[in-house]
Amino acid sequence: MASIEETRKQEREQEWRKAVRDSIKPKDRMAIERVKMTEADAEVRSHSYVEVNEGLTLEQASQEAKRCLDCPTPLCVTGCPVEINIPTFIKHLEAGKILEAAGVIKETSSLPAVCGRVCPQEKQCESKCIYNKTGKKPVAIGYLERFVADYERNSGKAALPKQEAANGVKVAVVGSGPAGLTCAGELAKKGYDVTVFEALHEIGGVLKYGIPEFRLPNDIVDFEINNLRKMGVKFEADFIVGKTATMDDLRAEGFKAFFVGSGAGLPRFMNIPGENYNGIMSSNEYLTRVNLMHAADEKFDTPVIFGKKVAVIGGGNTAMDSVRTARRLGAERVMLIYRRSEAEMPARLEEVHHAKEEGVEFHTLCNPVEYMADEKGNVCGMKVQRMELGEPDEKGRRKPVPIPGAIDEMEVDLVVVSVGVSPNPLIPDTHPDIKTTERGTLEANDGLQTSVADVFAGGDIVRGGATVILAMGDGRKAAASIDEYLKKN
Amino acid sequence: MNKIVAKEQFSENVFRFEIEAPRIAKARRAGHFVIVRVDKNGERVPLTIAGSDIQKGTITLVVQRIGVSTYKLCDKNVGDSIEDVVGPLGRATKIEKQEGTVLAAGGGVGVAPLLPIIEAHHKIGNRVVAVLAGRTKDLIILEDKVRAVADDVIIMTDDGSYGTKGLVTAGMEEVINREKVSEAVIIGPAIMMKFGALTTKKYDIPTVVSLNTIMVDGTGMCGACRVSVGGKTRFVCVDGPEFDAHQVDFDQMLKRMGGFKGEELEAFNRYKAACGK
Repeated sequence: MASIEETRKQEREQEWRKAVRDSIKPKDRMAIERVKMTEADAEVRSHSYVEVNEGLTLEQASQEAKRCLDCPTPLCVTGCPVEINIPTFIKHLEAGKILEAAGVIKETSSLPAVCGRVCPQEKQCESKCIYNKTGKKPVAIGYLERFVADYERNSGKAALPKQEAANGVKVAVVGSGPAGLTCAGELAKKGYDVTVFEALHEIGGVLKYGIPEFRLPNDIVDFEINNLRKMGVKFEADFIVGKTATMDDLRAEGFKAFFVGSGAGLPRFMNIPGENYNGIMSSNEYLTRVNLMHAADEKFDTPVIFGKKVAVIGGGNTAMDSVRTARRLGAERVMLIYRRSEAEMPARLEEVHHAKEEGVEFHTLCNPVEYMADEKGNVCGMKVQRMELGEPDEKGRRKPVPIPGAIDEMEVDLVVVSVGVSPNPLIPDTHPDIKTTERGTLEANDGLQTSVADVFAGGDIVRGGATVILAMGDGRKAAASIDEYLKKN
Repeated sequence: MNKIVAKEQFSENVFRFEIEAPRIAKARRAGHFVIVRVDKNGERVPLTIAGSDIQKGTITLVVQRIGVSTYKLCDKNVGDSIEDVVGPLGRATKIEKQEGTVLAAGGGVGVAPLLPIIEAHHKIGNRVVAVLAGRTKDLIILEDKVRAVADDVIIMTDDGSYGTKGLVTAGMEEVINREKVSEAVIIGPAIMMKFGALTTKKYDIPTVVSLNTIMVDGTGMCGACRVSVGGKTRFVCVDGPEFDAHQVDFDQMLKRMGGFKGEELEAFNRYKAACGK
């Protein structure tokens, strides 16, 4: 069988492709300016839940597709965790064959409309684009991926992937986040009888409870879930594997293999004085209240604190989601508190940029050391230690060092702590036979098989905190391993 | 799913439900709880399981109506269904053979989660003395069921309308002073557990409390339920709900339980206005 590289090289030499490539001179392609995403007005959107990025028009997308030089050795692909065949989908788009473009993406990515919205493209595919070397902005691969996926969804012609004949072999998927959904889809394609077990009442995992709708509308996630249903995947919400039934119970019910994509778990706190005062909560709690429980909507029973002076601690995407949510919930002042400088922030550039546009104050090189509360135990202030950057740490990031005596006080009435999570403890606690690492993640080999032969795992429960695309990549890889395992056994 | 097969009113605001949940009925042990969402707009409310019937595939929950979601739940009747019931959650109670008496103190609806613990101790041959306490006679619940498994039962009411007049701690001290108590279990309102714990601490009796903090997901994801135990932050949903009573920072827990009081009251007033209650 030809390798992927060879197949892709042959594709590049197809007549239509050459014709598209030769239709415009590279020099003229390079003269085109990178498209600008149309965004909802910053003032308007910071008071509503409309999606911030409005998407490209067909004209914009076609024009941007022309910028792609269709390189003989496309570096962009090497930056993609699932190696999407980027030039081929973009050239299909340029040729006006948009549904075909969607088909190309779906060969390797199960959730393109999601990844087109939430992937950190500037650190992945776009960072490798040849344009960077010429001092020009890279091809907007992420925007194009989103355009193609949205076009296909809205066309009503979204084709379900081809499925092999049903083989009647039952596989259980634990968790319905990006890893679980992807694994379920891949297994359904191979003809397996798949059931996804979800602990919460909603299917979608972090795509629903974590990522806010202004970044990823729920409709898009539901569309993907419905497609899986059409492919025969069954979903059981309110079902905690390990508690409602153990894997042994499910084995007795005929399940032949498991994929664990149980995701993130316990939020980390900083263990500083006053951290358990009222009005101090994890970003998981804050976002779950607002996104999953709709706490900001009067029709729903779950409460949330509508802080007026909100501080969010951390510099990741979840911290950005939290500051922007606080703005939408009417906060007058929203402060992002991060102990390093902006250059070290792990959040996507786009999120940082959007948060600033929406009026979020960035307090970098600043770290909370103590919280103060009123007589009722509600947080009313915090002490922050000013920092400076010292020597680089083992990862090459410069370490923040406290400046002696530089402590300020800030008034706050809501603090959202977004400094990371530990792996979800439910599966390790209830299935001690599955080996874990020191960090509490599940141990898995290259094929994502755990120490228990019929149990595979991926996403945050193995990686300890990663991205949607990596979780998705794991789901695909694990599905291939499960298929191999089940065919042998 | 989750159909209500029996309902009984214990007092003005306290109801007992039997709900179809066959898998939970089978998997649950003493000490476990479930998360209940009454309808699509409801809160996720943690409720300790008071009993189960594996044959019928039902679990028993005792609910005190206090806010919007619990009012809506208590308005449900036999034949109605509950949107979501998930569990069993938390760690099961450690039940070990004791040389002396197990003192089981329950306040108000806390008697419901206490009952399966008393049953479990009774089953392995431990002597159990129960102290059931409430403000007034109507608020003493499940007395018959407790009497069926406990070796002795002392009733305490604040107003003296039933049993002995006095606080739960007086009943507890009565037992401690008359027999060797080797373990105490206290379940009830936070303030009652606080003073119960102070009482057993005086006598150095190992004591367990079951905490009913605010939760959102209940599966170890959000951290809303955190409490300080022995100076360390612990999560009630996955590390508990039972903890060493003498290590729990009850004052902090009491404050945290009031963390959304304003918002809850507003929502409740809106609910009352909407349904004319």
